[in-house]
Amino acid sequence: MTDDAPIIELRGASKSYGAVRALREANIALRAGEVRGLVGENGAGKSTLVRLLGGVQRPDGGQVLVDGEPVDLHSTADARSAGVAVIFQEPTLFPDLSVAENVVMGRHPLQALRRIDRRAMQREVADLLDRLGVRLDPDRPVRGLSIADQQIVEIAKALSYDARVLIMDEPTAALSGPEVERLFGVVRALRERGAAVLFISHRLDEVFAICSTVTVMRDGAVVFDGALEGLTSDELVRRMVGRELGALFPKHDAEIGERVLEVKRLTREGVFFDVSFDVRAGEIVALAGLVGAGRSEVARAIFGIDRTDAGHVEMSGRRLPPGRPLAAMQAGIAFVPEDRRMQGLVMDLSVARNATLTRMRALARLGLIRAGAENRLAREWADRLQLRYHRLDDPVGFLSGGNQQKVVLAKWLATEPKLLILDEPTRGIDVGTKAEVHRLMGELAGRGLAVLMISSELPEVLGMADRVLVMHEGRLTSELSRDEADEERVIRAATGVQAA
Amino acid sequence: MSTHAAAAESVRARRLTESVLRVREIGIIGALALLIAVTAILEPRFIHADSLRNLALNASIFAILAVGQTLVIITRNVDLSVSSVLGLSAFLAGDLLSKHPGLALPIVFLLGIGLGAACGLFNGILVTWGQVPALVVTLGTLYAFRGIAFLWTSGRQVNAETLPDSFLNLGSDSVLGIPILVLIALVIVAVIGQWLRDYRAGRELYAIGSNPEGARLAGVRSGRRVLLAFVLSGALAGLGGVLFTARFGTVDATAGVGYELTVIAAAVVGGVAIFGGTGTVYGAALGALLLTTITSSLIVLRVPAFWQQASIGALLLIAIALDRLVGLRVEAALRRRSVRRAD
Repeated sequence: MTDDAPIIELRGASKSYGAVRALREANIALRAGEVRGLVGENGAGKSTLVRLLGGVQRPDGGQVLVDGEPVDLHSTADARSAGVAVIFQEPTLFPDLSVAENVVMGRHPLQALRRIDRRAMQREVADLLDRLGVRLDPDRPVRGLSIADQQIVEIAKALSYDARVLIMDEPTAALSGPEVERLFGVVRALRERGAAVLFISHRLDEVFAICSTVTVMRDGAVVFDGALEGLTSDELVRRMVGRELGALFPKHDAEIGERVLEVKRLTREGVFFDVSFDVRAGEIVALAGLVGAGRSEVARAIFGIDRTDAGHVEMSGRRLPPGRPLAAMQAGIAFVPEDRRMQGLVMDLSVARNATLTRMRALARLGLIRAGAENRLAREWADRLQLRYHRLDDPVGFLSGGNQQKVVLAKWLATEPKLLILDEPTRGIDVGTKAEVHRLMGELAGRGLAVLMISSELPEVLGMADRVLVMHEGRLTSELSRDEADEERVIRAATGVQAA
Repeated sequence: MSTHAAAAESVRARRLTESVLRVREIGIIGALALLIAVTAILEPRFIHADSLRNLALNASIFAILAVGQTLVIITRNVDLSVSSVLGLSAFLAGDLLSKHPGLALPIVFLLGIGLGAACGLFNGILVTWGQVPALVVTLGTLYAFRGIAFLWTSGRQVNAETLPDSFLNLGSDSVLGIPILVLIALVIVAVIGQWLRDYRAGRELYAIGSNPEGARLAGVRSGRRVLLAFVLSGALAGLGGVLFTARFGTVDATAGVGYELTVIAAAVVGGVAIFGGTGTVYGAALGALLLTTITSSLIVLRVPAFWQQASIGALLLIAIALDRLVGLRVEAALRRRSVRRAD
């Protein structure tokens, strides 16, 4: 049921932030019954385009058209009354409020005297969560939800508008396979009902799985607009990057050395149980599994952030005191957490400050940090990681996601660790930077660093790891060598299906 | 997990969140009961009807201010100027009635509330349109409004003799055994409490305090809501001022000096998080009652004034420490639950 007039359209839209031209005369049209992919590297202007369609910002030039009529979207409320719902990339949830209230905020169902009808609200949200196939108590507060569950709440929120246009800015970044499948089911149902969907993702396989048409952006401009059929992912990537990419996952042949990390029967009640494994110098070990299997929690326990109830961790044969991150750091562990905005970086501090945060003591003389030494160290790492920055004293929040991740890496590599723990190192990072992060990981392992990587992206796990450990429901269920590991085996172990 | 287990889990989660919300109110009531019991044993006169009545009257004005303060704090702002607004409105009421004793009382109340609302509007405009932090704005107006009061009164004082009896009776009369002042406070607590719980605008205040950017993206008109919170806080402070005059009769430019900190302390002790997003006016009102009771009981027990101050400070610290502790516990429990669910 494709109509002629698009439901919503951007025509020649431009947007600048200061001197940066984020969007140049971009055109995009969303038609009823269409699922359109929007791809491009980080900083290509995708999120800016979303903000214009969602009424968060207004274009400097060009027009927004709804049903063929030019409109002026002043706010998200305007966009919503035009039938546009957006899942934004930034977290928009209210941690203190219940899941149900988060979903209906601003349009609670009302009863007599305009009072909020809590029963109706509960019911509505429970139905929505059912449609998404998740068990989530609508009454519990959002605080404490895992990132994946928070993402589900965001999706439920957008779906609750019954919108004609649904725009999803990386909705799957935190989701595991089955959850993504369920989301796709909902998207297909929406399409059947004649809604238009704009789907933004860095995972190209997902774009191919769900989209019929695609818009490719590069440097703020739309460089391709057309049917997805007949395109290969290589061609798509070439259009995004504008250059050929080398192999996405550079193989590396590092000498595997002695045992660096040994985890013995580590247990945290209710979270993970009896986890034992080791990581050797020069080795990349991947920790695979579904979101919520307890992988990040194991990493946090190794680094001493969370307490454990049984078992212990050894670094180079020395036992680490539990619950003391400083001791873990001194023993040579570096930990790059999953959520770089919350746990990895101080967004308002400068690039240089952030990169050298772990080395403050070494940089200080008589307790004062020497700016010269700080900048030298930061510049050295910025060069080694090919960090793209404007000035070292810019706040780190100005950088793109991929470059932020590099700053976190720099910060930890500056401590000259023996073991590097990476939790979802390439989440939300564009293809180009992703390849760089992978190259870097290979290089570091080649120099004898032991790497423990948590990743939900199977191609990354299979491409990078020398050994794959799979967790299911808080237990290690499988250990696979590089040769043994394939997609099917990992998925089986991760979902708890025993190998036939 | 079976549906049954899921249902049980949902009940458990609900019970947990509800009990956490109630823990604060029950805790305060418990502390209050303990305090009154101990004081009564040491000094039996403390629980005479007159004494308790005085206690309730004293707490009422604080409770009304604490309700307004709660509205503002929930949105991640603060209103330090309430005591000066109270002072202005108290003098306005006293001055008007001593010059025109025949003036209808509802008009006096409306003028007092209107003056307070105007002050709140001024604060709110600076905070929302001016984008100046509320702490700075209201610290400024705390002094500015007080300064205006000094200019206006130029050393004059309104005395009880010059005020009509019908007005002064409001501060001391009772209906069905309950002092009018207390009734007014109860009605305000109940109405605002319901509004925060059951109306969109009320819920949106929580959303704004919990995640300002998220509220904007959810289409909440944050500016208007924050403005409303400040106007209400000002209006309630204005009402508090008129009641202050009715209760004490004697008013000069220093009426209510220092109230702002007691009021904020009452809200925090009552479980209103200073960073916004959580808390109820019931808790804040109970907090006001608790602080007033402590002061009275220490006076009755002839404890030196220094210890009165110190004990309020200690209570505040205990409340904050408890908050933090319970908060961490709950968060850990919720996280454990969410992990298990994801399995």
